[in-house]
Amino acid sequence: MEYLVQQLINGIQLGTVYALIALGYTMVYGIIRLINFAHADIFMIGVYTALFTATAYRIPFPLVILISMAVCAVLGVTIEKLAYKPLRHKPKLSALITALGVSLFLENFCALPFVFGPDPRSFPELIPIKAYTWERYNLTVTNIFLINLLVVAVLLLGLFYMVHYTMIGKKMRAVSYDKITTSQMGINVDRIISFTFLVGTALAGASGVLYGLTYASAQSPYMGIWPGWKAFIAAVIGGIGNIPGAVVGSYLMGISEVYATSVSSDLGFGIAFAILILVLIVRPTGLLGKKTYEKV
Amino acid sequence: MRRFNIKRHITFLCLLLAYVIVIAIYRVGLLSSYLAQMLMLVGINIIMTVSLGMINGFTGQFSIGHGGFMAVGAYTSAFFTTIIFQLMGGEPPGKTVWGYALFFTAILIGGGFAAITGFLIGLPTLRLKGDYLAIVTMAFGEVIRTIIRVSEPLGGPRGVSGIPAMTNITIVFLSTVGSVWLMRNFLASTYGRASRAIRDNEIAAEIMGVNTTRQKTLVFTIAALFAGYSGGLYAHILQFLHPDDFTFMKSLDYLIYLYIGGANSISGAITGAVIFTIIPELFRGFQMWRMVLYSILLVAVMIFRPNGIIGEREFWFIQQRKAGTQA
Amino acid sequence: MGERWSLMKKFLIGVVVFLLVISSPTFVAAQKAKEIRIGGIFPMTGGSATFGKSSKEGMQIAVDEFNNKGGIAIAGSKLLIKAIYDDTAGQPLQAVNVCRKQIDQDRVVAIVGEVMSKNSLAIAPICQSKGIVMISPASTNPQVTQKGDYIFRVCFLDSFQGIVMARYVYDNLKLKKAAILYDNANDYNKGLASFFAEEFKRLGGQIVSSEAFTDEEKTVDFKAQLTTIKANKPEFLYLPNYYAASALITKQARELGLNVPAGGGDGWDSPRLAEIGGKDVEGGVFSNHFSKDDPSPKVQGFVKKYRGKYNSDPDALASLAYDAAFILLSAIEKAGSLKGADIRDALKTMKFDGVTGKISFDQNRNPVKSAVILQIKNGKQQYIVTVSP
Repeated sequence: MEYLVQQLINGIQLGTVYALIALGYTMVYGIIRLINFAHADIFMIGVYTALFTATAYRIPFPLVILISMAVCAVLGVTIEKLAYKPLRHKPKLSALITALGVSLFLENFCALPFVFGPDPRSFPELIPIKAYTWERYNLTVTNIFLINLLVVAVLLLGLFYMVHYTMIGKKMRAVSYDKITTSQMGINVDRIISFTFLVGTALAGASGVLYGLTYASAQSPYMGIWPGWKAFIAAVIGGIGNIPGAVVGSYLMGISEVYATSVSSDLGFGIAFAILILVLIVRPTGLLGKKTYEKV
Repeated sequence: MRRFNIKRHITFLCLLLAYVIVIAIYRVGLLSSYLAQMLMLVGINIIMTVSLGMINGFTGQFSIGHGGFMAVGAYTSAFFTTIIFQLMGGEPPGKTVWGYALFFTAILIGGGFAAITGFLIGLPTLRLKGDYLAIVTMAFGEVIRTIIRVSEPLGGPRGVSGIPAMTNITIVFLSTVGSVWLMRNFLASTYGRASRAIRDNEIAAEIMGVNTTRQKTLVFTIAALFAGYSGGLYAHILQFLHPDDFTFMKSLDYLIYLYIGGANSISGAITGAVIFTIIPELFRGFQMWRMVLYSILLVAVMIFRPNGIIGEREFWFIQQRKAGTQA
Repeated sequence: MGERWSLMKKFLIGVVVFLLVISSPTFVAAQKAKEIRIGGIFPMTGGSATFGKSSKEGMQIAVDEFNNKGGIAIAGSKLLIKAIYDDTAGQPLQAVNVCRKQIDQDRVVAIVGEVMSKNSLAIAPICQSKGIVMISPASTNPQVTQKGDYIFRVCFLDSFQGIVMARYVYDNLKLKKAAILYDNANDYNKGLASFFAEEFKRLGGQIVSSEAFTDEEKTVDFKAQLTTIKANKPEFLYLPNYYAASALITKQARELGLNVPAGGGDGWDSPRLAEIGGKDVEGGVFSNHFSKDDPSPKVQGFVKKYRGKYNSDPDALASLAYDAAFILLSAIEKAGSLKGADIRDALKTMKFDGVTGKISFDQNRNPVKSAVILQIKNGKQQYIVTVSP
């Protein structure tokens, strides 16, 4: 029994990792209906930025997160201005291919030897990892796990509040309903979109730092691909564009992936996709998604 | 008396000429087998891209699982050639007539299996729209890959090696021409019109009497057939198959070829496939900068020609005969 | 009509450009051999990148040594050697592609490669069918040389390596219960795991848990499997994987409270292991081909040369690649010919006293060599003992 509970804890940890990435994906999609393939790679840049600032300059943890978020936010807005904006009124597929191109560019550019190089690196222990064991039931969690949970909770509440209870959130929602009418109402749509990217990619940066803490390594500039896709699927399962949905989907995926892996690792690999298919067939817009573009 | 109007046959003659030139160069030895392989890959990619274009461009759906069908065709045909032939002769068939006949059967069976897979997948998923459809097709592609990966008889995570090299330029050439011809005819027919109606406005099409579900599934199945067939060709060039070769990255590759070239035209699909199969090889000289340049090129083309290089117009040999005219 | 012609013009231009491009220098077949070209196929990017880098560096030292002597005499004239290196990114498909390119395009006369067994297994059939000699410096899976008589290797086999470790754990460390966590997508890991398990059980030990994950390049989270393993209370953790994954696994094991000794095979040989694993891999033991602390003059001579050229210490991969390239070039010299069949025949009977031990090939073209056991102390490799077959 404790074994199952420990696996549950592992699943929650995995789900938290996905949730952090999924939040950013879903935010951007909610506003401009673009699957930003480059999101996962911005996440990767967040990891490396944190790695370098922490090792080179011995900067304390909270500052490292802020720096990563800032770098990623700047990067995100730049990408938006350069690559996505020109295609805003063009067929959606073109924007998608562009996103793909940006993603490939980031990965391969960072893999160049004089940038990050393709080798795995160790991520410095910004916060010494401590394992807490509950002897009676033989369960172990680490302090990082708790920190991650805390951050997700804070982000979830914060985003939710921002989208539904602030002025700018209202503008964001308006833009997601109908760009043209919104701009006619005097709202600067460009600014709102840029702001969304800023927040979304800053989130990616933060999730990068936490990922680095959790796994203590940066595998390679291609490290974003798989977590990114899994997080994206999680967001879709929850209903893409829906903030709580992204979190729900992520935990569902994380937990089932862990349980499936404990049965067979190949099963774990494929289970994410199987769940996705099942969910979408039953609920074509995701678990919490609605036909209208409202974020619950 | 009907005169021999050369214009009617000019397509055929040009193709024949191209074929003769290529074979001549090959025989003379100027064309290394590396280049020959590249040309064959171009042909295969053309078939893949045009078939993807049937779904994405002409019917307006959004499928990112095409690599999965290719995998099904590739593995099925490889399975046949290696196992069945070994049962019969103890060793893979040589380049005899008998060998080729079996080979051809194998890849057709591969295509058939792929078509069945396409049908089974299409039925439940085609009622989804847009991005959701995309995700599900991608998921199915990965599910197919995982199934292959855990199947020991299919080589599992090790892959399958020792597949006989039965594909050659002639076969690829004929296959490419044949496939494009078939697909183009399909799209020029009333079926093609139904597809385009769905693409332009699904609800209106439904009202006008188009059975959208049936049409979409039909297109999906046919496209899968061609994808599986070209997968079979692919397997017998590479002589080696590995499940990691058929991830969603492969599907994304064909997506890129299609949209860069122009999703709404066959010529676009062909152009995209040709150019973007060759470019990474051209860039090999750039070593590590290869993919960086490739990605920059991708973004640049998309920004400056969002509808693809070719856009909507078709090459002269694809264009439909307009009703009422002779030429 | 005008529109059609302009489209056709574009098409024709495209064809002309295409033909021009084909005939450009990038594509024209290599000039006649004014040099001896050998290929080096290694994973220079990806999760085994340090292996590729080391292998390339080791091989290059051997090539330089021969070139400094003026090259090799073929048919009367002395030709210099040129090594052509290509990256496989650790993937079998890329390996196949670059192998073809090297044989067809670059016209190499022999190939040193690959490092990872799964990639060697992929390219061996190609080399065999084209009659090109292939020497793998570090692929330890037995099946590699079974692909044909043009395929050689200079390292010991996993069947040996697994036994070495099993005996060390059982006899020296006196631990009787082991658990294994391995990559089941990779023949190297799988093979090593099963050889270890077989011998360990034969000695009287118990494999309490054997878990797998799929594809170490893609897996970062091993907690699910480790939790299962922990529940079975092992005394030793055998991780026959490459360094990046092994480091992560040990870290996560410690995070789960699993603090038993850990160890693995030659995949652990990389400075990155300690870098990524930190204090969690401290005390880890693994079997390897070579230790730079070996006092023999041959080893120390090589270490000095390597340090001089690259400013760092050589690892097993570098020394194996050196031995592989050296013995290959010696065979070419002995054969006096660039033909695959001649090189192969010369190689079969060669004896060589290499940096990684005495190398001569048995009838399966595998060498009979000893292994060393190394331990991680203070983040560095420390030599423990040599085990002979």
